[in-house]
Amino acid sequence: MSDHDVTTAPAGDPGAPAAATVPHDAARTVAQRSPRSFLRGAAGRNLGLVIALVALCVVGVATAGDRFASVDNAMTILRLAAVLGVLSIGMTFVVTAGGIDLSVGAVVGLSSVWATTLATQTLANDTSWLVMVGCALAVGLGAGVLNGVLVAYGRVVAFIATLAMMVSARGLAEIIANRQTQIVRVQSFLDVFQSEPLGISLLVWIFAVVAVVGWFLLNRTTFGRRTVAVGGNPEAARLAGIKIRRHTLYLYALSGLAAGIGGLMMLARTTAGSSTNGQYYELDAIAAVVVGGTLLVGGRGTIVGTVLGVLIFSTLTNVFTQNNLSSSAQAVAKGIIIVLAVLLQQRFADRSRSSGSA
Amino acid sequence: MVSDDPHANDGVPSGGPAHEPAPAPVLEVRGIVKTFPGARALDGVDLEIRRGEVHCLLGQNGAGKSTLIKVLAGAHQPDEGTVLVDGEPVALVRPTDALRHGIATMYQELDVVDGLTVAENVFLGHELATAGFTQRRVAARRTRELMARLGHPEIRPHTEVGALSAAGKQIVSMARALSHDARVIVMDEPTAVLDSEEVENLFRVVGELTGDGIAVVYISHRLEEIRRIGDRLTVLKDGRTVATGLPVASTDRAELIRLMTGRAVEYAIPRRPAPAPDAPVLLEVDGLELAGSFHDVSFSVRAGEVVGLAGLVGSGRSEILESVFGARRPTRGTVRVGGRTLRPGSVAGAVAAGVGLCPEERKSQGLILDQPVYRNITLSTFGRTARGGLLDEREEREVARGQIEALELRPSDPDRPARTLSGGNQQKLVLARWLVHGCRVLLLDEPTRGVDVGARSEIYALVARLAAQGTAVVVVSSEIDEVIGLADRVLVVSEGRVVHEAPADRIDEHQVLDLVMEGSAA
Repeated sequence: MSDHDVTTAPAGDPGAPAAATVPHDAARTVAQRSPRSFLRGAAGRNLGLVIALVALCVVGVATAGDRFASVDNAMTILRLAAVLGVLSIGMTFVVTAGGIDLSVGAVVGLSSVWATTLATQTLANDTSWLVMVGCALAVGLGAGVLNGVLVAYGRVVAFIATLAMMVSARGLAEIIANRQTQIVRVQSFLDVFQSEPLGISLLVWIFAVVAVVGWFLLNRTTFGRRTVAVGGNPEAARLAGIKIRRHTLYLYALSGLAAGIGGLMMLARTTAGSSTNGQYYELDAIAAVVVGGTLLVGGRGTIVGTVLGVLIFSTLTNVFTQNNLSSSAQAVAKGIIIVLAVLLQQRFADRSRSSGSA
Repeated sequence: MVSDDPHANDGVPSGGPAHEPAPAPVLEVRGIVKTFPGARALDGVDLEIRRGEVHCLLGQNGAGKSTLIKVLAGAHQPDEGTVLVDGEPVALVRPTDALRHGIATMYQELDVVDGLTVAENVFLGHELATAGFTQRRVAARRTRELMARLGHPEIRPHTEVGALSAAGKQIVSMARALSHDARVIVMDEPTAVLDSEEVENLFRVVGELTGDGIAVVYISHRLEEIRRIGDRLTVLKDGRTVATGLPVASTDRAELIRLMTGRAVEYAIPRRPAPAPDAPVLLEVDGLELAGSFHDVSFSVRAGEVVGLAGLVGSGRSEILESVFGARRPTRGTVRVGGRTLRPGSVAGAVAAGVGLCPEERKSQGLILDQPVYRNITLSTFGRTARGGLLDEREEREVARGQIEALELRPSDPDRPARTLSGGNQQKLVLARWLVHGCRVLLLDEPTRGVDVGARSEIYALVARLAAQGTAVVVVSSEIDEVIGLADRVLVVSEGRVVHEAPADRIDEHQVLDLVMEGSAA
């Protein structure tokens, strides 16, 4: 009975009178062409982020002039964004599936420390810098798998499982490093990671590759579809035959691996392994993911949004630094941006929901 | 009809015999109508509750009992009709209004908070407090008094409710009702969670309450219970009162079942030929048991056969389906599909073996509401159309369009979120998923709940067509006529056991109702 009036568009929508009277397929085309429904979708959300980013740049140019608007400074911003960016891509998957990973910052610290112990560096000097890479990635992956096992099979709430990992990984890093900074002495490692192919820092390249691979994985593969399904309705996904526990394990492993990569990038940037590397990065990553438009409750994730979110935060930091403003003022601005972004998203979500269920 | 003394029952025992109700109604319901989108839940209900009586409310699932209870509890607002307390019309806009007028409700799923103490539960929502500080000692004393009055002094005020049995929680719920000075207590299937000894206890308490002049509205499917404690009864069918104020003592069982059955059929279930007797057995369930839910369930379904499970909510029928599907891990027994034993508790294994389930709760278990229609349709098969892990969304949309056309899904846009579809179309969406998957065994749990008449017929036709194509179908429904109409063979489930099995053409609604209302605990 109500089947036939579901296409009725909300009042004021230019497509409404047509949609109510024409057959369904025609109604759909009308709705699709409507610019407002376009803005309501993912493209609209990303456009909002782009506008915010442009606005920040305008502020940067207006207040810092050429110091801001230079190629060098753009590279600085990107390099600053790279480590957080890689973590945020991993985080996007976990959050899209309705989970959370609080341990990524600590795992960055742990993997950077583990990859720079005397033993690892000696071995790397004797053989290849790849030893350090393998070590950091293995540490990240291992921590992620442990998180995943706890969440998926141990049925520990993700918040608690990864909180425990956060605390203990940081502690383990302190024990290994004996609370000292471990300088990277493997020159070949630094040569590779501090190189600038095509004039762009390798760190930025890594971020770009991870982002592209992440986008592809989330949007074009069965892995991505499962991720969205598990986040959208885990029970429905399970009853459709998706192995949600195994998939959950994979997701945390992926996030841990991203943290391992982040640890390596941290080594390149600071040339030292330290247990304090990556402090609070988990919170910055979650903020970037949420500001980007991924739903914290799961079911919708966007890599493009996350990348924009990361860029907004690092540009903000840069603008503040260029104007010699304190990091405390930065923190306040960050907080305001997070709240504004989420409020705006909720308005979008409410509108698309109420217009959908006529 | 204004009662001359509205405080007549304020804790003063009336002294008179419990089963001799005074004529003045304490609560009266006239012409209540309540519609929900797509359904008319109540369509003119009249009810009259007298002081100190046990008034039984009967009706099949979907007759409107739950909605009526919610109207009385102030949880639903009726579209039409009036509720009168002591002859005065009252507006029950919020649950607190109902409590203020002395109407307390004990829901089937007991609404006590496990983490709080008995006293805290009793005074939940109307805490005894001065300036925000709870008066624990006063609350404890009054709780002790209430427990003594209910004959359960062993339930201490400071015990945590989570530690109590279901019967204990029920007593706490009842104490809460009394703490509101309730004059009418509505009990929704209170014995469903109790064993026979606890049932006796409950009856004793009910006797004491009515002795104090409190009226009890008693909902149960067990005729034996109604016989034992009921004074008068009202029968609901299709949201209407079909009989009211009948004396329990002089109304026989056949008459009751006659009143409850014979729904106005507004949809046709297509006839279809009986399955070939030599068709291969596709589903074999052997000695399946889920502790605390059902025991020793065995049945088999041939290709092209439809087997129906009839039973009340809570009889274990949904749990049986879910255990067959692996969504619950059975404690004992095996499930074989096409001769191969399924790994217990593995949905993925069952799906791979060609089993599909349309779950009872469509929205929370069946669909990803914010995802587009086509992704919901291909939720079990996107891995199959993918190549090397890469999705083929074009193919998925194509497959979805095919189903949309075949099932006449409306609206027909594969990119619309599933949320925007009507109940009937959402159900077709879940069915479409299993059609795409091409399952050999299809399990349907309440396939037509919340589905309008048109879509209902389409779903029936679809089930018939699937069976004709050789799918083995198991269907569970609260609507007995639907089970009988769809199925070739009917299993009657009561209290977690299969109590009867018969070909569908040799069993009727009356018999099924008779069997499920038998009740073994009472």
